[in-house]
Amino acid sequence: MFDKVFSYEAFQEALAILVSEFPTAVWETLYVTVLSTAFAIVLGLPLGVLLVAGEKNGVLPLPTWLMQILNVVINLLRSVPFLILMILVFPLTRLIVGTAVGTVASIVPLVIAAFPFVARLVESSLREVSPNIIEAAQSMGATPFQIITKVMIPESVPSLITNATTAVITILGYSAMSGIIGGGGLGKIAINYGYYRYKYLVMLIAVILLIVMVQIFQSIGTRLAAKSDKRLKK
Amino acid sequence: MIEIQNLSKSFAVSGGTVHALKDVSLTINNGDIYGIIGMSGAGKSTLVRCINMLERPSEGNVLIDGVDIGSLSEKELISVRRKVTMIFQGFNLLMQRTCLKNICFPLELAGVDKKAARERALELLEIVGLPDKANAYPAQLSGGQQQRIAIARALATDPEILLCDEATSALDPNTTHSILSLIREINERLGITVIIITHQMSVVEEICNRVAILDGGSVVEEGTVSAVFSKPQSNAAKKLVFPDGIGESIADTDEKKLRVVFNGAPATNAPIITKMAVDTGICANILSASTKSIGDKAYGNMLLGVPDTDSAKRVKEYLEQTADIHVEEVSANV
Repeated sequence: MFDKVFSYEAFQEALAILVSEFPTAVWETLYVTVLSTAFAIVLGLPLGVLLVAGEKNGVLPLPTWLMQILNVVINLLRSVPFLILMILVFPLTRLIVGTAVGTVASIVPLVIAAFPFVARLVESSLREVSPNIIEAAQSMGATPFQIITKVMIPESVPSLITNATTAVITILGYSAMSGIIGGGGLGKIAINYGYYRYKYLVMLIAVILLIVMVQIFQSIGTRLAAKSDKRLKK
Repeated sequence: MIEIQNLSKSFAVSGGTVHALKDVSLTINNGDIYGIIGMSGAGKSTLVRCINMLERPSEGNVLIDGVDIGSLSEKELISVRRKVTMIFQGFNLLMQRTCLKNICFPLELAGVDKKAARERALELLEIVGLPDKANAYPAQLSGGQQQRIAIARALATDPEILLCDEATSALDPNTTHSILSLIREINERLGITVIIITHQMSVVEEICNRVAILDGGSVVEEGTVSAVFSKPQSNAAKKLVFPDGIGESIADTDEKKLRVVFNGAPATNAPIITKMAVDTGICANILSASTKSIGDKAYGNMLLGVPDTDSAKRVKEYLEQTADIHVEEVSANV
């Protein structure tokens, strides 16, 4: 099998595809991932804040039933497999984008799948803030809103960046799956050429490019998180 | 003036209720450095948090200058909290902000203009003796320095009352000494009333003028520091004054007992007690001693037995010539 995968013809073909299709695919993967992450953060960050602040002993206690609903909805969305979620949200996608297939359309299910995940990540980051620091802010007359915006979020920035990196990489992985519903990007190439047409070399290149992107995102995230953390003595 | 009236606080925990405070009444006058001392679990932290309503009391009132602050709305409480500020055992600085921005923080919360806040913060950095740390982050400072920044932050809104919750418990004796000196200076220069929560007797002895002893959620003794510590009545007070307990044989003797307190006395290289015996001709009996040297300074206390009232007086006079040594007679009817 390998002699076929790495034959001269296969290389030539892969090279042709690499030149003609990969630049667009990399770009599509990038913008789908970045946009989806951005939307997921817009929805997930406030939700994550509510999960921590709204608790009984939080800075902005919310009714218990509301907290329960929040938790159930988040768990529910997180437990639906992404493949099925993509199909389930077709009507919503049509409503927002106008069509349920294509690269732009794949952003909708990605956001729906990612924002509850982001909310949980934000929740875990905010829980790392020492309750003593929050108490100190209360003793200085901080309002709940000030505690959230001036203490909880700024104090957990390094952790938020680390978790945002995790979110980007997870969404990148999901976006590759959206090739199924016609979403563009490296995932589509891997599926179309590799899976449907047995061009394993092309698939291999697509996977390697995904790995490279994950590596780049991870090292940027790690570096930013370390740089932002003033607790590390320099 | 702070009046704490019949304050009780209970917490519901799994398997019942914990009564953290039981019918506590105290009056703290303006300008006092008031110590509230007790073992862990005595309810000190709960009590101090009731003074700024971080904890709502279950029963009773806290009056600050005649205003019942328990009856205020959350909004009104915010302005109270700018006048009643707090420092903590763990300093609780914002770790992602520079020292300057930490000090600006309460002003920022109050909506003070940025430039004015900055100027005030720089002024406060001078007061706490760290003018060069404006742009340093808390993690780059020692514990004592962090507490100085926390004090500066607590002073930013021109408070009338400063609550210190075990503020020196995480610090070594030398640093404790310097932080307490700073607190005293603040009390004297700015006229701020200070309430100090501690489990360390040495802290109360060093700077408080009045003290309340808290045990099991109740005030068991209250009064001037010298009165309470020279004639401890309650078991809790006795335990503080005689931490190792006092044997019956000691209690039975007719000797006068003197408590010698070392608050950073330069005593390590000088045999003070021996010199005292030689110079005065009084043979003191060391009943118990718990002292330690940090650098060239001595901290801790010692219980001496001397034959009669006259020699007790002379020993007191002799020892108190040395700076940072404090002597008081105690009656030990243990």
